[in-house]
Amino acid sequence: MDGIYLDNNATTQVDLEVVEEMLPFFTEQFGNPSSMHQFGNKVGFAIKKAREQVQSLLGAAHDSEIVFTSCGTESDSTAILSALKAYPKRKEIITTVIEHPAVLELCKHLEKEDYTIHYLKVDEKGRLDMEQYQKLLSPEVAIVSVMWANNETGSLFPVVEMAEMAHAAGVLFHTDAVQAVGKVPIDLKATKIDMLSLSGHKLHAPKGIGVLYLKRGTRFRPLLRGGHQERGRRAGTENAAAIVGLGVACELAAKHMAFEQSEVKAMRDRLQQGILDAVSHCFVTGDPSNRLPNTLNVAFEYIEGEAILMLLNKDGIAASSGSACTSGSLEPSHVMRAMGIPFTAAHGTVRFSLSRFNTPEEIEKVIQVVPGVVAKLRKLSPYWSENGPAVNCQTSFAPAYA
Amino acid sequence: MWDYSETVKDHFFNPRNAGEVASANATGDVGSISCGDALRLQLKVNPETEIIEDAGFQTFGCGSAIASSSALTEMIKGKTLDEALKVTNQDIADYLQGLPPEKMHCSVMGREALQAAIADYRGEVWKDDHEEGELICKCFAVDAVMIEDTIRANGLKTVEDVTNYTKAGGGCSSCHEGIEEILGKVLAERGETFDPEARAWPEPIASETIPAPTAGKLTNLQRIKKIEAVIEAVRPTLQADRGDIELIDVQGNQVMVHLVGACAGCQMAGLTLGGVQQQMMEALGEFIHVVPVAKKPAPVSISVRG
Repeated sequence: MDGIYLDNNATTQVDLEVVEEMLPFFTEQFGNPSSMHQFGNKVGFAIKKAREQVQSLLGAAHDSEIVFTSCGTESDSTAILSALKAYPKRKEIITTVIEHPAVLELCKHLEKEDYTIHYLKVDEKGRLDMEQYQKLLSPEVAIVSVMWANNETGSLFPVVEMAEMAHAAGVLFHTDAVQAVGKVPIDLKATKIDMLSLSGHKLHAPKGIGVLYLKRGTRFRPLLRGGHQERGRRAGTENAAAIVGLGVACELAAKHMAFEQSEVKAMRDRLQQGILDAVSHCFVTGDPSNRLPNTLNVAFEYIEGEAILMLLNKDGIAASSGSACTSGSLEPSHVMRAMGIPFTAAHGTVRFSLSRFNTPEEIEKVIQVVPGVVAKLRKLSPYWSENGPAVNCQTSFAPAYA
Repeated sequence: MWDYSETVKDHFFNPRNAGEVASANATGDVGSISCGDALRLQLKVNPETEIIEDAGFQTFGCGSAIASSSALTEMIKGKTLDEALKVTNQDIADYLQGLPPEKMHCSVMGREALQAAIADYRGEVWKDDHEEGELICKCFAVDAVMIEDTIRANGLKTVEDVTNYTKAGGGCSSCHEGIEEILGKVLAERGETFDPEARAWPEPIASETIPAPTAGKLTNLQRIKKIEAVIEAVRPTLQADRGDIELIDVQGNQVMVHLVGACAGCQMAGLTLGGVQQQMMEALGEFIHVVPVAKKPAPVSISVRG
């Protein structure tokens, strides 16, 4: 398909090698891995191999620490609800204001069930206050859940240090690492992280497959009970083809880690420089010095994200936005609001997320297209006149709000 | 991506009348807090004829906000101010061959900008009293404010009640958890708790819980006559579809109506009520809330079990 795909934090193209390895598990080795006959006897071995491939990418100490689930969201829910069941006397959870909805919405729901949720705030670059975190750690806390990398800005949280602090306080630590796995090196056996979520489709495996890493010895209560699959920790017939695909994707991710850290990062940096040089009144959100190598989030002031995306799409460029109008909820991005980005900029945030399949030529094309798109929309904007923001734009244009 | 019509896309990619209007003599600035959108509409009105000779817009907003602004300027050019005021948000949406339910507020913003601009021209102060809540039922575009008000006005207790009065939850039913939460909140105000097993229909509520009438220029009799006139005007259309609408009561800015026959179960009832409400607001020049009520306790007519 033609077009320039820069929305890899949303989902990725399945690597053709991954597809290749999966196909026999739909048509030939389609048997249930629990069965004794010839249609399934290779499936069990394939799943074992995939488990080792995931273990290797995560640097887990044991392959039995890998529990296959259906997605990142399931892994997040399993981790948090398990901690509450395993430690019923502990009624508090620590998380952050900029987590993914998979964690935030669950926490909001738990508040209705009388759990106390501590949402760690972030500063204007999306960084946490470690002193505030230290103060909240107590024997009342069942679990800390903090994302490794933010999906919108790519900013990284110091989860390894935070897990040490939680461990010292006797509190479980979970991290939603769906954006980090495959993009930054991870060595779980050297950390105190108890649980970690990953999602296949963020690293060139198919959708519908995820993993919960569960450190050996962590008290655990399953979300789904039933069959003996995943050693009874996640019942339900294994999604064998997708598990095989995820295994291959993890091996490929490890192989391309250096490329991600060098070439992909260089393309991202070039894109950032190209846009900042050509467009006035825009800035990079998050913490540019500490973020994923593939992610660039730019706030274009005085224009709105959905309109930007529609015009980019017309030129074959796929990106995403923190604007209210691109989400079904009509709420502007909670991440941008938490960082205190003014709404005339938050609505104009555009996320470009790259992958190893992008090329420098594509990046140059995007750098050519973006200034025209921004100029066209600013011409329509009541906050903009001629070559800059309307004089006193915040006071001369003060609409009556419904 | 939203499922935008070809007309919406055309007006977004090729906006008509974008930019400031030279020698404009009317400006309307409005915004929608739920979306963060903002719109400035400028008109050049002929002082002799009150005909809108030129219109232009500047919009900070999404694709459908820009398209709605563009469509509005096309629709009102050449009209007199009074004719232009008859353009409803539904007319704007229809002109664009429809908008997704989450985006209907873009057309509302267009209409509000028009009202604001005309008020500016006439030296009046335009005040927006339209309250917009979170969209709960996406099938019938019913928001939280509408559901809350209807629960309060009718003393509703169950999701089935809410569906029968507002249509919310009568489609795919996935918003039932959201409706139950609103029920829980409103019932708590009355010191009651939401009971998922409840099946009883409510008694009509005492009139003292209804907000006091808003001060208007019209007498009560004049208001009710105008309200009746709007009801009479829409009846033939509804009767053509084997339905009908009946005025039950007017209390303050709340107009209680009863939908009869095919309308009561019709999936378009929410839109019908929105249209009636719009027409009443225009006839009375004040904010009116049309609330569907049952004439008497009636058996639950809509099954909510899928």
